[in-house]
Amino acid sequence: MADAPEIPDEAEVRARWGAFAWTDENKKKRDEVLARYPAGREQSASIPLLDLAQRQVGAETQTQGWLPIPVIEFVAREIGVPYMRVYEVATFYTMFNLAPVGRYHVQVCGTTPCMLRGSDDVMAACKNKGLIKGKTTPDGLFTLTEVECMGNCSSAPMVQINDDNYEDLDYDRTIAILEALERGEHPKTGTQEPGRHTVEPVGGPTTLTAMVKENHDYRPEWGNAA
Amino acid sequence: MSAITSLTDKDRIFTNLYGYQSWRLDAARKRGDWDDTKALLALGQDKIIDVIKASGLRGRGGAGFPTGMKWSFMPKEPRADRPSFLVINADESEPGSCKDREIIRHDPHKLIEGALVAGFAMRARAAYIYIRGEYIREAETLFAAVAEAYDAGLIGKNAAGSGYDFDVFVHRGAGAYICGEETAMLESLEGKKGQPRLKPPFPAGAGLYGCPTTVNNVESIAVAPTILRRGAEWFSSFGNENNKGTKLFQISGHVEKPCVVEEAMSISFRELIEKHCGGIRGGWDNLLAVIPGGSSVPLVPASQIIDCPMDFDGLKAVGSGLGTAAVIVMDKSTDVVRAISRLSYFYKHESCGQCTPCREGTGWMWRVMERLRTGDADIGEIDMLQQVTKQVEGHTICALGDAAAWPIQGLIRHFRPELERRINERKGGSSVPLQEAAE
Repeated sequence: MADAPEIPDEAEVRARWGAFAWTDENKKKRDEVLARYPAGREQSASIPLLDLAQRQVGAETQTQGWLPIPVIEFVAREIGVPYMRVYEVATFYTMFNLAPVGRYHVQVCGTTPCMLRGSDDVMAACKNKGLIKGKTTPDGLFTLTEVECMGNCSSAPMVQINDDNYEDLDYDRTIAILEALERGEHPKTGTQEPGRHTVEPVGGPTTLTAMVKENHDYRPEWGNAA
Repeated sequence: MSAITSLTDKDRIFTNLYGYQSWRLDAARKRGDWDDTKALLALGQDKIIDVIKASGLRGRGGAGFPTGMKWSFMPKEPRADRPSFLVINADESEPGSCKDREIIRHDPHKLIEGALVAGFAMRARAAYIYIRGEYIREAETLFAAVAEAYDAGLIGKNAAGSGYDFDVFVHRGAGAYICGEETAMLESLEGKKGQPRLKPPFPAGAGLYGCPTTVNNVESIAVAPTILRRGAEWFSSFGNENNKGTKLFQISGHVEKPCVVEEAMSISFRELIEKHCGGIRGGWDNLLAVIPGGSSVPLVPASQIIDCPMDFDGLKAVGSGLGTAAVIVMDKSTDVVRAISRLSYFYKHESCGQCTPCREGTGWMWRVMERLRTGDADIGEIDMLQQVTKQVEGHTICALGDAAAWPIQGLIRHFRPELERRINERKGGSSVPLQEAAE
């Protein structure tokens, strides 16, 4: 389980977030979410609605977003379950921030496949840019977290920053991405290895080479199907 | 007849694996997806299950249970008040695994068509695709692909013109490895903490919302339409007996060129690495050990893995397993104790906290592993650690306890001299260099 965060002062949080309600756009999204589950099973929407709420808080605060207690209470009312049922979900899943985070939530994967490919260097780059694990930089720009396997192991090491992945990193590439974000730019997402497309071997695929140039249909080559 | 253990492009199922082409419906159709799906469904439920059984397809999520047999456990005549559900496990979180991500972001229509075919075969009313929360862009693609399929009438009412009504819903998780365990996934889908349920009842009897449910891995579902189109014999022509078909291998760590690649089951480790990964970093003599199936399986020292067939039985014979075919390669520069200790930290982080042996044991094992890493321990603690792993293994509701124990057991089995060397060295005793495997 993740380490317990320092939950901010309740009175201040209530004053700021006590009147939380969906924006018009998110009301529509809430309806879409609820339509996925059978009637009477609204509790199934707890994770998607917490995510939606965190994103709305993020949009209002220009950060990745977090879940103040009154917002969790709001989600519980939305799906008609006791507050505790939703609070325990918010605390169980690591993607819910229980304390404010910065504009960019820098989540460095440190699990063994990334470790073998040099996630220590990625961490060192973050550290030398003034990021501290579990903390937000004083300018409010970056929050650094070490996370567990993000499923990008064939293009490791990687970092997820808000909604985007940056893969095939090393020290310099990590610095370059953080500096680009500092300047307000949108660095290229995905692999940072020049010439690599996604997860094919570096230097070009060893299989399915016909697909590189055209949307190849292999069916004529199938021969006699059984 | 010797089995085919090497694949050519015409026999690859995931032709857009690397995403050079569009994932969208029109492009997917040109590659052969959704090609007269109605005719596949016209085979009838029993025939579809028979073909999948005959193909020898075993679950691609790690356990390797025969997929066709799993489908056959579902009720033949679902009651109106208790519909059946298919839940597709896209909570890919096993360290080393990164194949479902490629299917979802580059070939999502294979998965959606597979959901219809499999859901129809097991007489399900709907499929829920549970995708891990961290796959944010991947989920966006999947939502859009599902919407395309609805707009084209391929799913929903009268799906693909078959007369069968079938819905496909996407559900995003929010960051919990344990939700990849099938009953934890059902809890999470119901909006609760992802804590595994006791079995029985098994999901086929009482699963999602108490209704009959089958949970399948993304890859198991996505290969089904191609198997039906090309026949069970085609699929079972690849791989050794009992280990049939094609498989997405994900190679990470110390190879020259890590990649994801579809190959025939039972390909040898050497061929897999030589053909697609440009060899081991520093040459074959520099290979230390391999974790062949994702973090939950024990590591295998170099000498045993090199000519091992990469399949369920071949890797079982060397004391490990195929798992998800996530191959983590470690060369001799690796601090192997740290590599395994980091996995212990992973399991400590991901334990759901429900069962005491796992909740307390994972933290305890990690702390001892960290001391062994620096040699700050007594020789006797190696045996104590081994004993504790045995007390965690098999004493928990789900397999996370086992998964936390096995990597450590593998380390002690193969690298005990290295652990002892670190302890002796720290105590100032004589040291034997090199972290060679014990064999």
